[in-house]
Amino acid sequence: MAIQGRVLGALLLREVITRYGRHNIGLLWLFLEPMLYTLVVTAIWYFVKLNMLNNIPIVAFAVTGFSALALWRNTSSRSMTAVIVNSSLTYHRNVQVLDLVLSRGLLELVGATVSFALLTIVACLTGVMEWPADIILLLQGWLLLGWFGMALGFIMCAMSERFEAFERIWQAVQYPIQMASGIFFMVDWLPTHAQEAVLWVPMVHGMEMIRHGYFGNAVATYESPMYLIVVNMVMTLVGLMMLEDTSRKLEP
Amino acid sequence: MIKLEQIRKVYKTRGGYHTVLDGIDLTINPGEKIGILGANGSGKSTLIRILSGAEMPTDGQVHRGMSLSWPLAFGGAFQSHLTGLDNLKFICRVYGLNYRDRREYVEDFSELGKYMREPVKSYSSGMRARLAFAISMAVEFDCFLIDEIISVGDARFHAKCENELFVKRKDRACVLVSHQAKNIREYCTRAVVLKGGKLTCFDTIDSAYAYYKEVTG
Repeated sequence: MAIQGRVLGALLLREVITRYGRHNIGLLWLFLEPMLYTLVVTAIWYFVKLNMLNNIPIVAFAVTGFSALALWRNTSSRSMTAVIVNSSLTYHRNVQVLDLVLSRGLLELVGATVSFALLTIVACLTGVMEWPADIILLLQGWLLLGWFGMALGFIMCAMSERFEAFERIWQAVQYPIQMASGIFFMVDWLPTHAQEAVLWVPMVHGMEMIRHGYFGNAVATYESPMYLIVVNMVMTLVGLMMLEDTSRKLEP
Repeated sequence: MIKLEQIRKVYKTRGGYHTVLDGIDLTINPGEKIGILGANGSGKSTLIRILSGAEMPTDGQVHRGMSLSWPLAFGGAFQSHLTGLDNLKFICRVYGLNYRDRREYVEDFSELGKYMREPVKSYSSGMRARLAFAISMAVEFDCFLIDEIISVGDARFHAKCENELFVKRKDRACVLVSHQAKNIREYCTRAVVLKGGKLTCFDTIDSAYAYYKEVTG
């Protein structure tokens, strides 16, 4: 455990240096990147649509949606390439495949979280958004969705190591998956049969929790934290087993 | 002591399965310097990587009773877009050492000068070899795994390696892969020959060479 902690620390520092360099504002990009992304999309929404959407302030709706998307999508997609890019590091016996994936995912998790926190705080202080109604519920949703991103990253990393085509296929299917993940809608707005379908998508539950926490009881939400937890646990387990298999076959 | 027991390594290729190592047994005692001989593609580097733990064997057991270095080879281990210094820092962190204590030694041994602060990708192969050696000596392993890189060094580098690894660290073990007979003769106490996935051990370097010449023609 001590060794793994040490290795993770070393990998995190290394990742920061290689990705952001030492010059310029470097490390700040870690959260500026998702922040800019969220800001740009939110601005587009703000100008294109009405100020209010079914009684929900559009800015807060967009900020929660795109921050949450950045959370699970960036975490999993950065994890996906962790081994391809860094396999030579496993020359050092202490450096395990799981460490490579964890360090990349964790860094992205931190970036997305800082980005969301800063955006929310600045927007609330300037009066663009209201403060969240139930911060505990919001954080729970956020953590569960982050966990989902990590677990998805495990599986995606193992898949892309196994099948060369996986990365390309993922590029193609990720947009419909993102659409279905609840960035653009609340479950409550959908007709009943669509609700039933969309509630199978794990990310929707995290998204609903975050928005429930943010807007309080002003909105009706349909999340089942238990469902997301079970999905996360199964995916984590499957992901770890797949990564174990990856590390056995790895030829650095 | 390090012990390999019935190691098999099979790679999957387009044309089916390819057995590189087929039941290898090898024991490395503390202080022993072993040379590995074998033709291109006979599995020398694979054996080194399995010893180090960078790759897993398909079958068989590896018992590591000593600390082993990573394979000091041309590829791997370094990150080429990071500087020599950053690589030193990374490796020190991975092995739980304070890099400030080791920096002077590494700069001294590698003689890289201002290149310590340049990306490793701008290094010549000799410079890489010096850095790899310097860092692995700084980490102080019980057994060093050296895959070919010794052969790119000049006389001065050889003299230094000799002094550091074979005089100052006489008690350490070492496994050396080299095409140059001279290196193995110079540094090793015994040699083994890899051929057709099997390993044959010899007590003297000369008898190993005689066999190696015979089987490779």
